[in-house]
Parts: sequence; structure tokens; C-alpha cells
Amino acid sequence: MKKFSISSLLSQLLLLFFVIIWIIPTFGLFISSLRDKDLLAISGWWTSLTTTEVNEIYRMSGMESQIEEDGYFKIKGKLFEDNSGKKIESFGITSKKINEFNIGDIAIFKDESEVLLDEDGNYEWRSRTEFKKKKGKRLFTTSLSPPAFTFENYREVLFKEGIGRAFVNTMAVALPSTLIPLIICSFFAYSLTWMKFYGRDTLLAIIIASLVVPLQMSLIPILTIYNDFGALFGVAAKSYPGVWMAHTGFGLASTTFLLRNFLKSLPNEMMEAAKVDGASHYDIFLRIIIPLSIPAFASIFILQFLWCWNDLLVGLVFLDQVPSEIILTAKLKELLGSRGENWEILTTGAFVSMTVPLFIFFALQRYFIRGLVAGSVKG
Amino acid sequence: MTILNLVFIVFLGILFFIAYFHISNYILDIYGHKTLKRYNFENSIRVIVFITPAFIVLFIFILYPVFETIRLSFYDKFGREFVGLYNYKWAVNDPEFRRSILNNLVWLLVVPTLSTFFGLVIANLADRIWWGSIAKSIIFMPMAISFVGAGVIWKFIYEYRGPENTQIGLLNAIIVSLGYEPQAWLTIPMWNNFFLMAIMIWIQTGLALVIFSAALRSIPKEMLEAARIDGASELKIFFSIIIPYLEQTILVIWTLITIIVLRIFDIIFAMTNGEWQTGVLANLMYDWMFRGGGDSGRGSVLAIVIMIGVIPILAWNLYKHRQEQKI
Amino acid sequence: MYDDVFIHLKDRSKEDEVADININTVNKYFGDVHVIKDVSLDIKSQSFTVLVGPSGCGKSTMLRMIAGLEDINSGTISIDGQVVNDLPPKQRNIAMVFQSYALYPHMTVFDNMAFGLKLEKRSKDEINERVNEAARILQIEDYLQRKPKQLSGGQRQRVAIGRAITRKPKVFLFDEPLSNLDAALRVQMRVELAKLHNELEATMIYVTHDQTEAMTLADDIVVLDTGIVSQKGSPLELYDRPNNMFVGGFIGSPKMNFISSKILSKSSNATEVDIMGMSKISVSKMSASSSEGDSVTLGIRPEHLVVNGDADGSWESKVFVVEKLGDVTYLYLEKDGEPLVAETEGHSEIKVGDTVKVGFPAGRCQLFDSSGQAFK
Repeated sequence: MKKFSISSLLSQLLLLFFVIIWIIPTFGLFISSLRDKDLLAISGWWTSLTTTEVNEIYRMSGMESQIEEDGYFKIKGKLFEDNSGKKIESFGITSKKINEFNIGDIAIFKDESEVLLDEDGNYEWRSRTEFKKKKGKRLFTTSLSPPAFTFENYREVLFKEGIGRAFVNTMAVALPSTLIPLIICSFFAYSLTWMKFYGRDTLLAIIIASLVVPLQMSLIPILTIYNDFGALFGVAAKSYPGVWMAHTGFGLASTTFLLRNFLKSLPNEMMEAAKVDGASHYDIFLRIIIPLSIPAFASIFILQFLWCWNDLLVGLVFLDQVPSEIILTAKLKELLGSRGENWEILTTGAFVSMTVPLFIFFALQRYFIRGLVAGSVKG
Repeated sequence: MTILNLVFIVFLGILFFIAYFHISNYILDIYGHKTLKRYNFENSIRVIVFITPAFIVLFIFILYPVFETIRLSFYDKFGREFVGLYNYKWAVNDPEFRRSILNNLVWLLVVPTLSTFFGLVIANLADRIWWGSIAKSIIFMPMAISFVGAGVIWKFIYEYRGPENTQIGLLNAIIVSLGYEPQAWLTIPMWNNFFLMAIMIWIQTGLALVIFSAALRSIPKEMLEAARIDGASELKIFFSIIIPYLEQTILVIWTLITIIVLRIFDIIFAMTNGEWQTGVLANLMYDWMFRGGGDSGRGSVLAIVIMIGVIPILAWNLYKHRQEQKI
Repeated sequence: MYDDVFIHLKDRSKEDEVADININTVNKYFGDVHVIKDVSLDIKSQSFTVLVGPSGCGKSTMLRMIAGLEDINSGTISIDGQVVNDLPPKQRNIAMVFQSYALYPHMTVFDNMAFGLKLEKRSKDEINERVNEAARILQIEDYLQRKPKQLSGGQRQRVAIGRAITRKPKVFLFDEPLSNLDAALRVQMRVELAKLHNELEATMIYVTHDQTEAMTLADDIVVLDTGIVSQKGSPLELYDRPNNMFVGGFIGSPKMNFISSKILSKSSNATEVDIMGMSKISVSKMSASSSEGDSVTLGIRPEHLVVNGDADGSWESKVFVVEKLGDVTYLYLEKDGEPLVAETEGHSEIKVGDTVKVGFPAGRCQLFDSSGQAFK
């Protein structure tokens, strides 16, 4: 072990500082997505991690639920659900004195009705005379609330807000948009590496040049092609196959480039041995290249899949923004506009959109990093 | 479209490409065996079978559009009539365009530099600390998240409520607890750009970090040990050995992030939609693609301006590639 | 065992006339570089032919052209009378063993050896039989289910050879197969290759840069020099009568000594040359194009120099370095910057600094003219 030193302590502190800055935003989002939506709107997410004092206003039930008992007209009920673990410390009956009574005290209203409240929120409101109002009176409570989390937001977002369908749509975009280029480019990269033909070097140079061409250069012409194509054959201009091919086009250069770099590292003599053994190029491809390229395929699959999953622009331009086609990122953007104040929907939606990338990230981080590093060698 | 239909066409789409390669090669394998003397001929056909799909895609989605976009930039909004440099003149005089160019330049200056810097510093710190790999994982994680997701995350941080309310945005909560007035961060011109850039830096630092980590591991241990034996301090080693050794890597990362930043769209689109003077070229272009039924001329000009930004990098890559081919 | 050899010899005499592989004025360019220049060669059926030469001489290219891995720019190559220029490797009835073994890392030893047979769609039984047969010959039966990674270098080499054997080709091509092995293993594999050649009765073409391998294995050695066949012949022919300085220098270890010299006089069957201005010697070799006073190079192998004994000509020098190898001792001498190596008995008493008399037996001397061609 290294001996303790001030500089090592300083490095540790500095790194810790970076880590905290980097983790807090995501952590906050995650915590918020699990909070009760009403609490989310009125208090910062960090308050939900510890037991906190909250002031709330509840209204008791009205005249319909009254019963007659022991000479009193009584209305019994609960202010909130049991399972929250919330404990009421004190309460009041006017907004000016919200801490007027403790649990066990009997609070008396102006109309001489009385209310009893226990710490779990069960109340008994009684009066000698019959209750006449439809609305019950307000109670102001001060209670201690332990950290409480719920999956309610997820249920709502997945099934009511259309995020669930957007999730399926995104999968339907991302999977073929990853597999198709992988299939096409592996053959392409193979011929660029192991076959001799006229124009090979030119083609390779074009691929290298295409690596950095921004996809904005392609948007307008391709949109025009799609529109013309749709009009010509009487089909929708915007469709899933259209998005797949667009993603294939935009990912083609990098996928080919990465694969070629990998294939180049395989020994030439092995290919020749296979040729002497009587293998055709397709035999070599199927029986030698594919089994040996699994790790490379994994890296490239992850990179391209994440790119397609996280993409917004391509999905926005080449798909209709209707429930059966909208992708997660576009849906989120839409919610940011229409439900900008409903943080329970936004945070949960964002977290749902992140589940797949985060799963890939934690399960396959090694391949992800390997792909990125390999891809960066040239930029 | 029902989910079942969707699953079906997904399978069909993938199967189509597998079938193309398998069937055409299968036929060729049988046919090739029978025609003995046409080995080279068979090989040429095989090359065509292998590269055609990729080449068609490359042509339709990259090569043709580049030339078409250049052409369209000289045509009117429907791409029908030749208008010469009209669209370019419009761009030069358009205040929105100027604002976008300026913003893009600031982005290009700030984001790659800071991301690279943080990446380098963190990679070095993490390299010598036992919990470094966990730290790297955490800082790398935003790389997996979409820009829009990151946008939501940070919008929540920047959330603003009136001074009379409890602040639920972390940044304002901190500001208020220090006794200042809460701010609507994303609406403060000029400064809001930096709040948006922070998101990008938060994401891209992870990229720089992993690449630097890989590069650091490739530094020969003997060299560092020799320096230590010569009595160099750790700081001295960092500046006079590690940094020069990583010069190439630094350049690569810097260009890599530059390319990503040049086409930055999602963050701004999701956070401010280019309002409060935060627009960049990609957003302006998206706007013009659809504004008023779409103006392909102006949109193309904006695309070309983005393209011009990457041309030096493109030339540099091609030059390096040719050097490598010679060896 | 002896029967095998006998049958083998009989077969060979029967087919002696048939040149199994015919290479006719073949040329090969890599871009602008002319690597094979008008090479013509006949390789006899069932012979063991070694292509030898320094790196870059074109020997591997030659082999790869026979295999069908390189195109031929002009000329023809035929195997068994059939021109194979346009045939893919698989139709040439050849098998090749590569320097790096080129095993398929993801397949077991068995699958490596069965790969070619599976592609030919042979029956399972036949594949099993042939692979097991090859494994038996090469003594790798115990490793059949292992992956190449789990094998030692020597074992991998055997698998590579086994892969070639299972296909029962007419011609085996070896591309420096032993150069990745350590010295001891190399000697062992060399012997096994020789045995294998006897057992399989196939034509083998073997490329190496190591003249010891060439000398020990070959029926015929082909020395290549910058894309040209310098000489072709049996090992002893090349050793005793090199065509030129290149072959003389290449074959034999340590290298043949070359001494600059002058022709003093010419007679009808001998040429008299001077030895370092100290002595003269009459070598019974002639060249029509030479005349008195021409510069020539005298070549003599270290093992033929006579140390402190009687010879046709002699010269004295101080010893600079003594290398004792046990069986022999090499003495390093020098004259005007020209090094000279002489061999003497293993337990020689000669020390550094001693002066020795070196004798030149005329019958062992070679003469080369200024263009390097040997006197006949």
C-alpha cells in the first residue's frame, strides 16, 4: 500500500467532488420519479431523503357521511392513506394558527362542533346538531414525513401518457437500425479488407471522409426523396423502414470503419489458409470472420444502438409525430412543451427513456468503452 | 399500427438483408463450383454481391445528398428556380443567423476544451485511486443517456419558481439558501448559453475520460519509473511526460468532441428551442426545413455552413489515412 | 520401414520423367517492383524441393503463386500438365503450411483439420477417419479437442501440417514453417518432415531462408536471388560447384571466404592466381572470357583451409578471435580489412595473438570473375 500523503488525500477529495457533481443530476431525477407527485411539486427532491416536517391542508368529508351515535352526529374519516408512514404532530383549524392543537386535544370550531385527530390522520368530527354543509371543514396539519417512494408515477406515465407505446416504437426503430447496418457493413468491411477490386482505395477514402459529414447535409435531400417516393407509390413518406434506412445511412461510415479496423487486425495467413482449404469468401465470412468478430460486433452494436435509441433529430424528421410512430425522445420533448410543470411525468418519462441505455451501460460497459476507444483512434 | 404489426415488420426488415446475402452467396457458391475456369469472374461477382447494398445506401444517404444540398443552396425555397447567391446573401444579413454562428463558435470554443480538460484531469486522478474505476463509471454514465434525457435532468436542476415559492430546482435552492434571489437561468441572454453548454460538458467529459484512461494505460511504466528515479515530482511528470505523450490523444478527443458539438441540436431544441438567444446553426436549419412550409434553399445554406466547419477535420483525416496506406 | 523406402524409391524411378510442376517464364510485379523475373522451373513429382534465398528474394511469392494466392502477371504454372493460372487454390490439389501456422483460433484441433473436408462436403465417417489418421501420423491424437491457444508452438505446427495432410493433396507447400520454433524443436521437426515426406510420397515445395534446412531436407535446392533462379541442383552440387558467388556465399556455414585476387597466368586447363601477394596457386578451373591480369575472387570454405599444414599455397596471419565449439574451432584472421575464417580441430591449442599458417588446397578453391560467375 502507498503511504498516506496529503497529495493523495487531495486527489481523493478532488475526484470525490467531480463524482458528486456528476452523479447528483441523475440521482435527483431518479429520486423525483419515485416521489409522490403532489410532494414533488412543492418541495425539492433532496428533502425526501430524510424525515421532514410538512405542513398540509386537508378537508374533512361533508354531510353525506354523517352518522348518529351516542347523541352526536359524527363524521369519521381519514385525512390520508396509512401506508405513507406520515405522523401528525400538531394541527390547527384556522390558517392563522396551524399549530394550535396537539394530538389528543379536542379542537372546537365556531359552530361548536368538535374534532378529534390521531397521528395517523383518523379524525372524528362530531356535533350535537346535524351537519348541514356539503363540504367539510379544513384541517391544517403539521406532520413528520419519513422518506416515502412510490411507483405510481411509472404506472401513470407508461400507460396513460403514451410513454409505454413510445418505448415500443423506439425499440422498433433502434433494433433494425442497428442490425441492418451491422449486416450490410460487415460484408462491406470484409470486401474492403480481404478482397481485391478496382476502386477499393477510393471507396475507403470516401468512407473516411463520410465519417465526419454532419447528418444535416443529408436531411433535406433525403426528405425530398422520401416524399417523392411516397407520392409515386402512394405510401406514407414517413415510415419505419424509412427511419431504419436513414439510420443505416448515417451509421454506415462509422460502422464500416470500426469493423474494417477490426478485420484488418486478423491475420492474413488465416484467410489464405482457409482459401487453400477450399473456402469461398462467403464460407470464410460465415465460419471464420463471424465467430471471431463477436466482441467487435458487440461493441459496434452497442454504439449504434445507443445512438439510435438516443437520437431525436432523425426520428423527428423521418417519422410522423403520432402515437403509433413517435419515439421516446420526441415524446419527452413534446411533454417538456405541454406538461412542463408536471415534473412527475417529465422525470419519470426521462427515466423510462434511460432504462435501456443504463442497462446496456452497466451490463456491457466493457464493450461500450472498447467501441468508443476503437472509434476514437481516428475520429 | 398495432404492436404485433410492428414486431412483424421489424423481423421482416432484418430478415430481408440476411436473406439477400445468404441467397445470393449460396447461388454463387454453387454456380462458382460448376464453372471452373472463371475464378476471377466469380470473384468479381462476389465483390459486387458484398458491396452493393452498402454502396447504394452510401450513395443515397451520403454522397448524393452532399451534392444535392450544395445544388439546393443556389435554388429557391422549393428547389425549382436558380437564385444564385441569394440564399447566402440572406444568411449573411440575417441577425438570427449571425447569432447562431456566434453561439456555435462559443460552443466550439468552450465545450471541447473543458470536456477534454476535465477528462484528462479526472483520468489522471482516477488512475491512482483505488475507487477510481467506480468514479470513472459514474462520470462516464451520462454518455449513455440521450441529449433529451440529459435536457430533462438539467432542466430540473435549473427549474425556477417565483421568489415566494419553495424552489424545487437544485440550483435555485442553493442560491436562495445563500440569500440571493432565485433566477430563471435559461432566460438570461448570453449566460443561458453557458448553462446549456454545462449539459454538453457533463456528457462529453465521460468520452474524453475513457479514451484518456486507455491512453494513460499505454504509457510505458518504465518511462514513468525512470522519471521518478531521476527525482521528478508527480506534477512535473504530469506536465513534462504525460501531457506531451498524450498530445495525439488530446488532439483526437478535441476534434471528436468538436464534430459532435458542431451538429449539436437536441439539447437546445429540448431546453429552449433556440429562444432567449440560444439558437445554433443546427436548430436554425431545422427551423427553416419546416418554417413556412419549408425553405430548402436556406436550410441547405445552413447545412453547408455546418459542413464547412468539419472540412478541415475531414482533410486532416484523409491526409492521415493516406500516410497510413503508404506504410 | 525399409519396405516403405523401397517402394517409394521404385515409384520415383517410374515417374522420374514426369515434371509434376512446371513453371514457365513467370513474371510478377508488385506495383512497379519486379519481384519475379522470367523464372522457369521444373519440379519433379514426389521430390522435396526447397526454395531458398535471403529475405526479399521472391521465394515466398513464388510459393504463393503456385498456391494460387497471388496472380501471375505473365507466364504459366502447370500442375500435372494442367495450367493452373486461373484456378483457385482449392482446385489446384495443393495444401499449404504457413509460417504463423494460421490455425483457426475458434475451432478445436479436430475442426481445424476437418475444415477443408467439411467444405468438400465429405461424409462424417470419412472426415473422422482422415483426421484421426493424420493425427496418428503426427502424434497429436490427445489434443484433438483442444483449441489452438492451449497448444505449444510445436504442437500448433503439427496441427498445421495435419490440416494439410487430411486433404491428401498432390503437392504440399511449406512457407518457412519452422521459423517460429526454437532451435531444438526446429531440428526435431526437420527430421519429422523428412520422415513425413517419405511416408506420404507427395511432392513438397518448401520455402526457407535457412540454408541448413535446405541442405538437410532437399532433394533439389533452388537458390533465388532478387527474383532470379541463381542455381538449381542437389545440395551437394550447390555445395561443391556453386554457379556464382551468391550461391557460394549462401550455401554453407560459416560462409565461404572470398579473397580478392588477380590472374597471374592462364594455361589450357588451369588458372594461376595470387594469394594475398604472399603465395600463388594454380586452380584447375577455366573461364573463356578471362585474361591475364584480370581481378578475380577466390572462394574457399573455412572447413577446407588447412591450418598449420601442407597445402598448394599458403599465407600467414595473426589470429584475432578464437571460437571454440567443441567439435571444431573457428579462427578469425584478417588481411587488409578482408576477414578470413578457418576451421581447425576442436581441441586446438591456438590462442588469440598466435600467428598461424593457412594452407589453400587447390582442388577446393573456387574462382569467380568480376561479375560473380564461377570458373568451370
